[in-house]
Amino acid sequence: MLRWIDDRLGAAHWARKGLKKVFPDHWSFLLGEIALFCFIILLLTGTYLTLFYRPDAAPVIYDGPYEPLRGREMSAAYESVLRLSYEVRAGLVMRQIHHWAALVFVASIVAHMVRVFFTGAFRKPREINWMVGVTLLVLAIGMGFTGYSLPDDLLSGTGLRIAYSAVVSIPFVGPYLAFLVFGGEFPTEGIISRLFVLHVMLLPAVVIGLIVAHLGILWRQKHTQFAGRGRTESNVVGKSFWPQQFFKSFGLMLLTGAALALLGGLVQINAVWNYGPFDASAVSAPSQPDWYVGWLEGAIRLFPAFEPTILGVTIPSMFIPGVVIPGIGFTVLALWPFIEQRVTGDRESHHILDRPRERPARTAIGVGGILYVTILTVAGGNDVLALTFNVPIEAMVWFLRIGLFVIPLAGGFVTYKLCREMQSSGARVARREPGTRLRRNAEGGFEEVEPDLKS
Amino acid sequence: MKPARLVYAAFALSMVGSLGLVVYYFVGESAQVEGILLGLALGGMGVGVIGWATRLMDVPTVVEEREPLESSTSEVTQTEEQVSQEAVTRRRMLLRLALGATGTLGAALAIPALSLGPRPGQSLETTRWTSGARLVDSFGTPQRPDDIPLDGIKTVFPSGFEGAADSQTVIIRIDPELLDLPEGRDGWAPEGCVAFSKICTHAGCPVGLYRAQAKQLLCPCHQSTFDVTTGCTPVFGPAARPLPQLPIEVDEAGYLVATGDFPEPVGPSFWNMDTE
Repeated sequence: MLRWIDDRLGAAHWARKGLKKVFPDHWSFLLGEIALFCFIILLLTGTYLTLFYRPDAAPVIYDGPYEPLRGREMSAAYESVLRLSYEVRAGLVMRQIHHWAALVFVASIVAHMVRVFFTGAFRKPREINWMVGVTLLVLAIGMGFTGYSLPDDLLSGTGLRIAYSAVVSIPFVGPYLAFLVFGGEFPTEGIISRLFVLHVMLLPAVVIGLIVAHLGILWRQKHTQFAGRGRTESNVVGKSFWPQQFFKSFGLMLLTGAALALLGGLVQINAVWNYGPFDASAVSAPSQPDWYVGWLEGAIRLFPAFEPTILGVTIPSMFIPGVVIPGIGFTVLALWPFIEQRVTGDRESHHILDRPRERPARTAIGVGGILYVTILTVAGGNDVLALTFNVPIEAMVWFLRIGLFVIPLAGGFVTYKLCREMQSSGARVARREPGTRLRRNAEGGFEEVEPDLKS
Repeated sequence: MKPARLVYAAFALSMVGSLGLVVYYFVGESAQVEGILLGLALGGMGVGVIGWATRLMDVPTVVEEREPLESSTSEVTQTEEQVSQEAVTRRRMLLRLALGATGTLGAALAIPALSLGPRPGQSLETTRWTSGARLVDSFGTPQRPDDIPLDGIKTVFPSGFEGAADSQTVIIRIDPELLDLPEGRDGWAPEGCVAFSKICTHAGCPVGLYRAQAKQLLCPCHQSTFDVTTGCTPVFGPAARPLPQLPIEVDEAGYLVATGDFPEPVGPSFWNMDTE
């Protein structure tokens, strides 16, 4: 069999090389793999869902088994989601696994990116792959948002409405662009089928292409590794791809699937029948988006009522938090490797990873950034928090507005100090040889006994 | 337990889960049971495979040398020469023309995208409200001032356009003594009834929450708050523009009617909006 293929493709040479490829072992290297496996699960469950979903805004009267909505007018899209959830056997569990997988997909991408950031794995020669990764994050959020809007329920319709307003706020071309994207003034009949095409065809196609590029570049450049005995800038120490790494990764894929199956089966998510069909003149409170859009929602909530009219031109209050802040955020993120190169002047290639404490400034900026996004995300649920803690919403907003500047700065400062502290204490530990013994001396104190290196 | 036994048990458990899933498909329809069985099927196999790899496979740690990524300098120059060889670069004019043609072709191919939507025109500045249009609820019932209780709120549309998203309006009835509307709106509050666009001037959500005691309208999306007594001026949150007020009166039959469209654009602001 192998002989037959090899005669035609000369595959054995490459296959052997590939199977022997070395993968360093560290748990944090698996975060990106989890993202990949989530994507595979999303493709599988999503394909199943498309066979039942109808991307159609045409009004129908519901006459299915869900009593509270019987006789209500709704879009065919919303009705097909109800049917999928109530009448298709295994439909609900598939839908819930799909939604959970989407949440975990974005979460694992973020976790993977945080790992890459704090260990400096984005440094030369991996700047391109970092930018591919940031693009994948943006696309993953886009896929999540388009998919979240497909059921055409009241909650997601509100999200779409806010997205439409953000597009309208783009300088001068905003209204034209919004009319092109949505097919007219919100709400439009055509938007559901457009989101569907984006969600099931265009975005996944681009994401698959970029994942192939991401993995191809990784394969070519080889994995990074943490410092350790025998590990240098010019080698990779670990286990070969076949069999161990393959088995471990395959097992991780199965476990990811198992976790998502349990979540999808046991933890209800996006119960669209509770929200009701979309109605442009209604909204539910509280209304929160999926977690990965929460920071954007928070930015929109916290931004003050600032809408100046200069020379007859109005700058909409949505523009800065809804367009400028995310734009700057993702640009800085994508260009971070080059920003850091410019500041540190380090233009060498690196294959040994940093420990976060070794780069206090970068680690502090990273922690500050994470805190910033976290506070924005919290602000995305400020009404729920105000209700939970029984504080006036006004007080909550002001607390978060101030916290948005104070907490990241304070967190960054503390992180910087901690890194410095750990550097000086950790350095001693790192210098100890394995086999060093601790001995109690005559005065009652302790002293270290170096191991005999000859043995 | 020995690692090998654990691995055997995991694979066996996975088979139990899978077979259970097959059987359950025909006998039950609870998503919870399906999730548990699928979790068992996948999880058992996952534990088995990982246990096999980490506990039962004795594979050595390997050291692979990292050959340099960069090519030799001569290879780089040769590539450059191959790309910009004379056959290509000699006819500069032709090269520029070809690039220009590519650009115009791209523009021509992008043009059909304009069919995706109409031009906005005046549609963001106008709604379905016209002079004489009755204020009706979503079922088309016209409203008299007395149909709205004091400190009550109702969503209304122009008669004949029930559900028209850009024309959604809230009508609130307030003690006329409390009203302090901006100048030029005399008679816009017949019997204390004031009508405002329901579309938030911030992000366009329906402003549906009325705090009757504070006389404030609150947007549930981003908590923009508007003081109804002063003409729905924003008092808190991210919205900066007041909700446009609909000029209304009571017609001969006693029903509320509009005397014209909103004087300003409803909904979120945009850069080139008419601010007059």
